[in-house]
Amino acid sequence: MTIAVPAELADRRTFKFDMTWPVMFGFMAVLCVLIVLPISWLVYYSLTAVDPVTQARSFTLDQFRTLFSDPEFVDPLITTVIIAVSSSIACCVIAAPMGWLVARTDMPMTRTIRALVTASFVTPPFLGAVAWEILAAPNSGLLNKLFRLVTGAPQDEHLLNIYSLPGLIFVIACYTFPYVFVLIANALDRIPSDLEDASAMLGGTAWDTARRITVPLALPALLAGALIAFLQAMILFGSPAILALPAGFHTMTTKIWSLFQYPPKPELAAAASLPLLVLTVILLRGQAMILGRKGYTVVGGKGAEPRLIKLGWWLVPAALFVTIVLMLPVFLPYFALFNAAFSPIATTLVTPFNATMHNIYFTFFELSSTKVALKNTFLLGAMSATIGTLLALVISYLTARQAVRGHRVLAFLATAPIAIPGIVLGVGLFLSYTRPPLVLYGTLWILLIAYITIELPAAYQQLQSAFKSVHPELEEASRMLGASRLRALRDVTAPLLRTSVLATWCFIFVSTIRELSAAVMLFTSETKVVSVLIFDLKESGDLGAISVLGISMLVLTFIVVVGVSRIPGFGAGTRLRNT
Amino acid sequence: MTDTTFTRRTVLKGTTALAATTVFASPIRAQAPAPSAITPALIEAAKKEGKIAFYTAMDLDFANRLGKAFEAKYGIPVRVERSGAERVFTRIGQEYTANIRAVDVANTADAAHCIVWTRNGWLEPYLPEEVAQHYDKAYFDPNGMHITTRILVSPIAYNTNLVKKEDAPKSFKDLLDPKWLGKMVKGHPAYSGTIMNATFQIARDLGWGYFEQLAKQKIMQVQSATDTPKKIQLGERAVMVDGAGYLVIRYKEEGAPLEVVYPEEGTPLAAGPSVLFKGSPNPNAGKLFQNWMHTREAQQFLVDWARQYSAHGQTVEKPSVRPLKDIKLMKEDPAGVEKAADDVKKRYAAIFKV
Repeated sequence: MTIAVPAELADRRTFKFDMTWPVMFGFMAVLCVLIVLPISWLVYYSLTAVDPVTQARSFTLDQFRTLFSDPEFVDPLITTVIIAVSSSIACCVIAAPMGWLVARTDMPMTRTIRALVTASFVTPPFLGAVAWEILAAPNSGLLNKLFRLVTGAPQDEHLLNIYSLPGLIFVIACYTFPYVFVLIANALDRIPSDLEDASAMLGGTAWDTARRITVPLALPALLAGALIAFLQAMILFGSPAILALPAGFHTMTTKIWSLFQYPPKPELAAAASLPLLVLTVILLRGQAMILGRKGYTVVGGKGAEPRLIKLGWWLVPAALFVTIVLMLPVFLPYFALFNAAFSPIATTLVTPFNATMHNIYFTFFELSSTKVALKNTFLLGAMSATIGTLLALVISYLTARQAVRGHRVLAFLATAPIAIPGIVLGVGLFLSYTRPPLVLYGTLWILLIAYITIELPAAYQQLQSAFKSVHPELEEASRMLGASRLRALRDVTAPLLRTSVLATWCFIFVSTIRELSAAVMLFTSETKVVSVLIFDLKESGDLGAISVLGISMLVLTFIVVVGVSRIPGFGAGTRLRNT
Repeated sequence: MTDTTFTRRTVLKGTTALAATTVFASPIRAQAPAPSAITPALIEAAKKEGKIAFYTAMDLDFANRLGKAFEAKYGIPVRVERSGAERVFTRIGQEYTANIRAVDVANTADAAHCIVWTRNGWLEPYLPEEVAQHYDKAYFDPNGMHITTRILVSPIAYNTNLVKKEDAPKSFKDLLDPKWLGKMVKGHPAYSGTIMNATFQIARDLGWGYFEQLAKQKIMQVQSATDTPKKIQLGERAVMVDGAGYLVIRYKEEGAPLEVVYPEEGTPLAAGPSVLFKGSPNPNAGKLFQNWMHTREAQQFLVDWARQYSAHGQTVEKPSVRPLKDIKLMKEDPAGVEKAADDVKKRYAAIFKV
């Protein structure tokens, strides 16, 4: 904790001024600036237009008329909904049984499986999309080549076509399913076995128990997972930007991005952003309503270990299923990237005879943007993670302890950005910070603001649930002994929250590094990040350099995450269960 | 309320005042700048600045090599920002309207951009000595606003493993044959300057109806003119409709199974001019780079390694690259592109759905 309380202030017992109120208002102001400002500009721009003669802005609904009548916008909107629904369903169908296998059966190596799912989370969706291009482009894709080799099919026949709507849905699902998996696996982890034991003792068969106890208890998590998968697929920019163009269609996010081509149409982009925002808000409300009715309190202290179901001979198909699922987002794509990194041509298999170091040399010694992009990325990642964690920590304390009146507003503000897709936030921040008083465009600050805003809701939710797990009586004891709230927080609560804080830090760090949609709106050449560099390299099809950068990004991320969890005082052996 | 979005009109409005005062203060337009040589004083001043930002649409490999060659000669590192010319243009527009001065020298593949930049008053006039002495008059602005660094053609090309020579297309019209259904790759005019010019010229000479028919061929759409050669090199598609001819030749000479076709209707042409920006962060390094890039040395490197065409009179043609005079070319029209760019993008998006 680095909330600075001057030592002499905290130690002087006679000084009773509680710092909570100023802190609270400070945070509310920060959140307002972070969230309300860009959204206000978005709404303002979407409803106004510049008169070409007088240069005055006046009210108009033209943008929305265009948006809902011009097929140029209606088609992407429909496509986006199709993609979001399909990939959400695909995620649940895959993640639910897998989560159950890992959490509730005697499946071996579950720790490895969870780690590999984390690896697929760490993989940026756009990198995954590039890797799948190398694997499943209809003619040059490695898997299609293998298919032709095995079946002897003619040159223009193919098994998979990644440049298609199903191809895009598949790639999106590959990198969205970790969200659903983690939610479900964690929920199943927490279901105490006494309920299931009770069912068994009352004569219920395994099937009855699953149907009446386990599934209903896990349902809220599945629902939440489905929703998150839907939202993620809807607001994703990276994978569609890489696969939709060759496939010949637009999604809403790629369309919004294309509106910034010269001459830019920020009004139309703002208007096109709002349906995404409204849809997100509606869905989140819907989820809150459904979950609100089905409240299950199952987390009651340390329950007994969940009873593991013996798989027996079912282990074989189960293991096969898990292996295939992990092949798709992790093994195959990284094989493709490694191959491309050392191959003279991305889609030619590396052999000892054709292996080349050219791509590595080119990326690190010839490509002039590599170093600045790596530096910016890791600087921004570390800063966003640190500031974001601190912000989320204080806010979740205030709301979890209901420390002050108005904590609900604070909670709402901290959760609100979840409804703002990255690209929409990018547009909003661009409109907000390219004008006085705060001209932040062109600096790393605007990216920092974007990252913190985007990651705040997840960080807040993680830490809020962590706070709820620490009983307030410990703090109360400290307060009774004369400590101020902040002192109690620092000396009592913070040490108990180390693991969660660390997990949150890593979560933000990783999410920042894989973020593309806001960055692509906000970068300038000086403030380029690796995700944008990869995106630029993709434009000209430089697959070798992309592979080298992608792999080094992954390696560096792991080094940072492992390094951070080894920091003394944070407790060794922390695992990223929450990511 | 001040409006800092960068519509063409607001940019014009915002910069008119600036341009007007400049014109009245020193009549740049009336008088061409004196040709400048690379002097020890310029090198010294450039070294003091110590870096340079070069935004370009050249293929990434060559752009970085060019930067390294400059660094080897003068010890000043070049930061290369490569993306498609239309994206370079968008980026510079965004940066300038947000009052960010990050770019020193830009090289585009769409000469129409220079018209807009000049009109906005964003350019620093500078005329290198060698350009004044040895350059083809058609390829530089006598006022020193822009100099054509490279001349590009956008031919058809195919993968010889996938297409036999006798089956290869000979013209744009041939590409409408149903046998090419699903076998072609094409660049996009909203990202690439080469493709913007090619699209403009094909639409002008063959009519938009041609693209409407072409769109029925299930084209694979990529962004950059430097990506289409890579896609046929990989064998992902058999034929490229448009793109960087120079890359096809380079890959072919490196052993890739590729062949260029200069279409019967004429090959689209695009000049790739470079400009120096006014008020740039490294003005002297920028001048030095702009000067050096158009010397015989750098231009010959461009011809030999990048297989592009140079407007420098003293460069020696590369034997393996067909000389421009032997190719039937479509007529370039930057002023026309400047006027039509928006319309081209709109119609293209309507026809190809992306």
